[in-house]
Amino acid sequence: MKSRSNRRPKNAAQTAPSRSRLGNGFALLSRARQQAVLSVAKPAPLAASVTAFLSPAVVLQLLLFVAPMLIIAGYSVLSRGAYGGVESPWTIENYQRLLDPLYGVILLRSVWLAAVSTLLCLVLGFPLALFIARSGRRKNFYLQLVIMPFWTSFLIRTYAWLFLLRDTGLLNTVLQATGMISEPLPLLYNDGAVVLGLVYGYLPFMVLPLYATLERLDPSLLEAAADLGATPWVALWRIVLPLCRPGILAGAILVFIPCLGAYLTPDLMGGGKTIMIGNLVQNQFTTARDWPFGSAISLALMALVMLLLMGAARRKGLEGEGEPLL
Amino acid sequence: MNRALGLYAIAAYSFLHLPLLVLSVFSFNASRFTRWEGWSLKWYSAMAADAALMEAAANSVIIALAATVGATLVGTLCAYGLWKRRVAWLTGSLYLSLVSPEIVTGVALLAFYQWAFRFLDVQLGMHTVVLAHVSFSLAYVVVVVLSRLRTLDPVLEEAAMDLGATPWWAFYRVTLPQLLPGVAAAALLVFTISFDDYVITSLVAGVDSETLPMLIYSTARRGASPVLNAISTVLVVGLGGLILFAERLREA
Repeated sequence: MKSRSNRRPKNAAQTAPSRSRLGNGFALLSRARQQAVLSVAKPAPLAASVTAFLSPAVVLQLLLFVAPMLIIAGYSVLSRGAYGGVESPWTIENYQRLLDPLYGVILLRSVWLAAVSTLLCLVLGFPLALFIARSGRRKNFYLQLVIMPFWTSFLIRTYAWLFLLRDTGLLNTVLQATGMISEPLPLLYNDGAVVLGLVYGYLPFMVLPLYATLERLDPSLLEAAADLGATPWVALWRIVLPLCRPGILAGAILVFIPCLGAYLTPDLMGGGKTIMIGNLVQNQFTTARDWPFGSAISLALMALVMLLLMGAARRKGLEGEGEPLL
Repeated sequence: MNRALGLYAIAAYSFLHLPLLVLSVFSFNASRFTRWEGWSLKWYSAMAADAALMEAAANSVIIALAATVGATLVGTLCAYGLWKRRVAWLTGSLYLSLVSPEIVTGVALLAFYQWAFRFLDVQLGMHTVVLAHVSFSLAYVVVVVLSRLRTLDPVLEEAAMDLGATPWWAFYRVTLPQLLPGVAAAALLVFTISFDDYVITSLVAGVDSETLPMLIYSTARRGASPVLNAISTVLVVGLGGLILFAERLREA
């Protein structure tokens, strides 16, 4: 035993130098490779490959979003051609026409209808968001019920209202059959119908952010209010509502912007009478064939949307809320 | 107050869901008019027998499939690139494309196509619709995939590269498998928004490329029709099912 144990270290000592020399070689080699990987090989191909990953989207975005926007920006300062094309004399007349009462009325009406729809969404959406936030374990189910309409095309949802509200629609048929009215009520093709369609279409956009802020609300604040003698209604008005400001702002922006640019709803539910900006744009590019004017309206609409978003983003930044979408 | 809220919620949910429910029920109505005359499937068989309708539906499926493949592929790569490196203008441009009103996107694309056709011997058709759909759904893919990427640990990929994987290989073998549920959800989302789109499609479609929403629109303008109720019901159920599936994937 003793001699063995004596011999072993001896043997080991004999073989060790050669082994460690080899080991050192490996270590050196792998360290050199690691360094090469870290210092030279890694960053350069990575940067190149990130560019490669991004380039299809860059090409697509430049070609099919940036270029089209630049083209209508260019068209908006050109004149209308004799056969519906564009001609070269530069002009700002298209933008001046936006202030013409004829079109100014349409712009104002669009802003007005979008504002009314947004306000209605807020008034109708707030109690619903509050209900969901307080519904305990079934929260997710109720939330899904709000999101579900988005699973259906906007066109079909609008058509459903046509089916209900037309002169020969379900509502008028039922009312006439029960003898409550003798003539069909003019439920469609007016401003009210457009607002109804917009509220129906975008109510979920208001409920979701409202719910998100209500959900984060500290319940102890309400308990404190109750302890101090506030009725539930007072607490709602003085505590919950002010703390919901970020959600209200987000919801209002999310509803107002698509309402402002709405095309389908005023087209189908407003008939020919209620024209909004979206319909004016479509009209200029199709029947009126005045592309420069249509482009100017489009750009004005885009500018309005961007201003609203920037204003909201700044406000949001001040209140330190939310996370980036992109 | 809670009881009042509960009653209110019933009313609000009715407002959100009754119109489509009533529409679906009436798609089974035996009468052509909005008077109930008993159950029938005849509008569904009329729908299946309508050649123009089936052609429009086929067009819509082809366009939606092509747009889904294109947008998902480009969008996923883009999301991955943006995860690695911030590109402010690209993010801004995608964001803008997400918020720009559909009608503006539509007329801008129309103007762009007409301008480009001066140099190319092409006309409006299915291809222009597909390109438009890829363009407007790209941002959706980036949003969905990027949100999934943000839940991943970048260290895994760095480890793969330290072990000798090239960046592409590391993406393909390490990141992409973890990303797949998000990518699939994005693809289903693109399919549904492409399949549903009317506003942009109607502006950039050619004579040979009428889609189902375009047909629905022109029928709806002429007034209600029981066949349209049947189509709507099929679409609500079909696309709803797809999205339900996509939601499951997102949560996976």
